[in-house]
Amino acid sequence: MSRALKKGPYVDAKLMKKITRLIDSGEKKIIKTWARNSIIPPEFVGFTVAVHNGNRFIPVYITERMVGHKLGEFASTRTFRIHSGTRKAEKEREFEK
Amino acid sequence: MARIAGVDLPPNKKVEYGLTAIYGIGLRTAQRIVAHIGINQSKRIKDLTDDEITKIRKLLESEYRVEGALRAEIAADIKRLIDIGCYRGHRHKIGLPVRGQRTRTNARTRKGRKKTVSVYRGPRGERK
Repeated sequence: MSRALKKGPYVDAKLMKKITRLIDSGEKKIIKTWARNSIIPPEFVGFTVAVHNGNRFIPVYITERMVGHKLGEFASTRTFRIHSGTRKAEKEREFEK
Repeated sequence: MARIAGVDLPPNKKVEYGLTAIYGIGLRTAQRIVAHIGINQSKRIKDLTDDEITKIRKLLESEYRVEGALRAEIAADIKRLIDIGCYRGHRHKIGLPVRGQRTRTNARTRKGRKKTVSVYRGPRGERK
């Protein structure tokens, strides 16, 4: 089920406050955040937000086309190693021997 | 032979079904087009008058996005997802399901035909 329209988009309030403060002061600082579920409002464009992926903060430079997506979409929580059976994996095995 | 939006329509089918041969026109849209122009429901494609064909063409041009234009739009949407580097774009790029479906089994539409992956065993035959 999608979010009720009357509530408007969910933007993390603390993060929004910090960004507005940056806009007012004209500064560009990287803001660390854990709010992966926050939608990206147009105000964020041009800023870099460091989004936590459970381990590290991934710096995300917000462009116009990212508006409407959520911050978490740009900081993967998965580490992809290598599939067994691919050529790369074979090489890895040789190292082990 | 009725040729609309660069597609030859099957002559022996009823108009509302024949129109679905066009990419982007499903049964619902086809029915709406037929009703809008006022074509007899049981009419076949081959019996369409030139006038009716022109009307359909005009309507498709002004109101609907079909064939190449629609394909281009979809490709552009996917390209946008890939370019902004979001999760969905990543899934498109590596050819896995985009909407959170399981991939341990199934997902064959996205992953293509089954490829068997052999199990790696160490020098003494133990599984790893």
